[in-house]
Amino acid sequence: MSAGIDLENVCCDFGSFRAVDTANVSIEPGEFFSFLGPSGCGKTTILRMISGFIEPTHGQIRIGGMDMKGQRPNQRPTALIFQNLALFPLMPIWENISFGLEVRGVDKAARRKRAQELLDMVDLPDAADKMVSQLSGGQKQRVAIARALAVEPKVMLLDEPLSALDLKLRQHMRAELRAIQKRTGVTFIYITHDQGEALAMSDRVGVMSQGRIQQIATPRDIYNNPVNGFVAGFVGENNVFTGSVVSPSAGMAGFDTGLGRLTARLGDGALGEGIKLYVRPEHTILTETEGAENSVPVTVSEVSFEGAFIAVHAKAANGQTLVAEVRNDGAATVPAIGAKRFASFNAAHAAILPDAFTGG
Amino acid sequence: MYQFRQTLARVYAFVFILYLLIPLGIMGAAAFNDNKTPSIVPWKGVTGKWFDALFADETMWLAFRNTLVVAVAVSLLAILVGTAAAILINSISGRLRTTLYGLMISTLLIPGAVIGISTMIMWTKIGNGIHSDFILFKPGLHLSVLGQVSYIAAMVMLLVLARLQSFDEGLEEAALDLGASHAQVMRRILLPYLYPAIGAGGAVAFFQSIENYNVTQFTRGGANTLTVYVFSKVRSGITPTINALALMLMIATLALAIGFEINRRRKARIEDARQAEARRATALEEAF
Amino acid sequence: MGDMFRRYGRAATLIICLLTAFWLAMLVVLPNITLLESSFRPLLPVTEIGGPADQYTLANYLKVFNGSIDTTLMGIPVNIPVHVLTFSLTIFYSLLVTILCFLLTYPLAYYMAKILNPRSLPTIFLLLCVPLLVSEVLRAFAWWIILALKGPLSTLLVTLHVIDKPVRWISGYNGVMIGLVYTYVLFMIFPVYNAMSSLDSNQIEAAEDLGSPWWRTHLRIVLPHCKPGIASGSVMVFMLSAGSLLVPTILGSTTSQWFTQTIQQWMFDALDWNTAAAYAFLLLLMCTLFVSLVMKLFRVKLSDIAK
Repeated sequence: MSAGIDLENVCCDFGSFRAVDTANVSIEPGEFFSFLGPSGCGKTTILRMISGFIEPTHGQIRIGGMDMKGQRPNQRPTALIFQNLALFPLMPIWENISFGLEVRGVDKAARRKRAQELLDMVDLPDAADKMVSQLSGGQKQRVAIARALAVEPKVMLLDEPLSALDLKLRQHMRAELRAIQKRTGVTFIYITHDQGEALAMSDRVGVMSQGRIQQIATPRDIYNNPVNGFVAGFVGENNVFTGSVVSPSAGMAGFDTGLGRLTARLGDGALGEGIKLYVRPEHTILTETEGAENSVPVTVSEVSFEGAFIAVHAKAANGQTLVAEVRNDGAATVPAIGAKRFASFNAAHAAILPDAFTGG
Repeated sequence: MYQFRQTLARVYAFVFILYLLIPLGIMGAAAFNDNKTPSIVPWKGVTGKWFDALFADETMWLAFRNTLVVAVAVSLLAILVGTAAAILINSISGRLRTTLYGLMISTLLIPGAVIGISTMIMWTKIGNGIHSDFILFKPGLHLSVLGQVSYIAAMVMLLVLARLQSFDEGLEEAALDLGASHAQVMRRILLPYLYPAIGAGGAVAFFQSIENYNVTQFTRGGANTLTVYVFSKVRSGITPTINALALMLMIATLALAIGFEINRRRKARIEDARQAEARRATALEEAF
Repeated sequence: MGDMFRRYGRAATLIICLLTAFWLAMLVVLPNITLLESSFRPLLPVTEIGGPADQYTLANYLKVFNGSIDTTLMGIPVNIPVHVLTFSLTIFYSLLVTILCFLLTYPLAYYMAKILNPRSLPTIFLLLCVPLLVSEVLRAFAWWIILALKGPLSTLLVTLHVIDKPVRWISGYNGVMIGLVYTYVLFMIFPVYNAMSSLDSNQIEAAEDLGSPWWRTHLRIVLPHCKPGIASGSVMVFMLSAGSLLVPTILGSTTSQWFTQTIQQWMFDALDWNTAAAYAFLLLLMCTLFVSLVMKLFRVKLSDIAK
């Protein structure tokens, strides 16, 4: 059982501050959807509006097609996993998990049985009678998931639940969350500021900034085809050039910069102020001879070894630093510091984008 | 020189504790002296007769019962009112909070005599005003209860508020989100978290009520409480029965206090063991 | 308020507000307003209450100035109304108790906070709390036994040849002082200790390292740090002493009179509740002034004192 969620022109004001501005999104039943953005971008507010702790100032939220206006948190078919998990410290684990059933009047034996089933599912079969303070971070995580699943929600809302874990465990839990979501088929809405998490787990990602949803797309699209500078910059690294558009045609355009004319795809709305050209470091290559297009003479200034790849920093004539990433396949050659090179990129991999979507 | 000052401080602390305890010891010991005046000099031999006299003293037993009734009533009321006030203070802010909090705290600084007289005058005036002979409006122990609650509630409030401030509001939200009603959140989440503070508040209220004299003296009408009874005995002719009573009260309260302390340490040990287990689980997790 | 609705629902919010309102209105504000109102009313037979003679008057307060007596204050003979004298002496001796309590407490608090091994702290606390668990009347009674003419103290000192015949210790305000200090000294220890234990020991060592003698370290580092604790302890001790009725009655002599005793006499001997109300109000006023003064002097807030 899962339900889709529709946000239609949803706004939320705190006094004169607009935390969420005209959010429109349709989340499919059974989808794993992430809201990604820096802190203060409004993603938590969206989550709290869906769960019912905050009423939207304008607009409509529908879960499974039903308008949620006036429905309190305890009346909505959602279950929220809190950032700090909010496990009840005074109840043993099995009471924590079956709390949602307890308040629905399910008898004790049935609750106990259901709690054990869920514990088996999250791979904690012996934890039923332990207290919360006896568990490790990862174990608490699993209990929180089991507790939310116990009420058989149609939608699970997760508020950065992995942020307290250390890196290795976090990566392990990502896979586990994804597997649980696939197994239960419940719609997951996941809030995070960690792009790696969002890209790895989600079916689709909504990138947010300053209260506005900047782009909604699959992880691959978000990374490969960001719609604006904010998305490009928040998800992944870029070499950025400032300049002005010349002779646009057929989705491509010239771009006059202090380093000469470059060519790239022309993004929607790339007009007026704040327009820049973005290209990923892994699409930037360093060659000894000048390339066919988009080739900028540079001097290598720093080489940093990152493990899976090697980042070469090089200074252009105007002092701007460009980064080229070389995959560390064991045969990669790395230029010496001070070497003269050309930094080039394919026009199809570069995009001229507006700054960010701030509405109006 | 430094060492000398440390030794001096140690001796001082020792003497200070003797100063606190010796008077109580003398009072307790006098309960066994076979001498009509309550004292340890001159010592006329060990006797248990003052305890017998105490148990035969019906006025004492009545006062004892009154004290318990008043103390239980004060504890219950103070817990109700103090907890409610703490929750209220914890959920409001700004000037309203400052004003209400100030008002609540100030009750701790009002002299007992003033509380007693004001309580007495107000309730009797209301009684006269509505021409009621209802018992509530006459002097009596029920007015003592109301008077005592007026400041003891503030102590409960402070204890509960301290605990509330470490409460994670997310727990309430989590429970609501799981479908609990407001009443269920209160009963299953908030109150259980507050129980230790409420229990401590109840204990404080109980002891404060037992030992209260000033408020009780001005409101009690003709009824006796233990404190008032002891006081009247000290004023009029005393025999060491009072010492026998004092000794028994001391032992009872001390036993309770030690019991509380042992219980507290036991709970701390259990919690330590749990956290050790969590640390082991974390280490195991990291090893994966 | 909106926050409470959201968190606890309508019914619980209502109950919470009603309970708090009952406390503050019925048990605190209204009684004190009634006290103030009554203090301006004359003492009348029941039949005349509410009649033409029942006018607001300052007469109850002016009774403070009735009946002057001759006495000496610090060697200077003065003629002073007897209740004014009681009132002043109550303030004076309450201040004295406060100062004595502080002097007794300071070294102990320092010892507990900075010298004692923290592991022995719970034991010390338990020992200190024992007298707190014994009611005030019994603590006063214990001293009544000790200070009796032929009591343990006299006997001990006679045996040790310090004095040659038993001494009447309870004379003037001696007994009251001894009793009040013993009864309320604990209310000074805990706040001062709390303040002292929050002082970083490195500060003391830094001062000594810079060559400060021990007394200067205390004067310039430790004492200023303890100000909030001292303020809160002083307020407690002063209020409790000035408001005490048990200790001055049990340990008082024929020549000691405490203001609360005067109030009690108006209430139960003269059966003049209105004058008792006026006197009680004076006591309240004096205490309020003292608290404000301490708060100003030590620059602390009311909420700091309540800790």
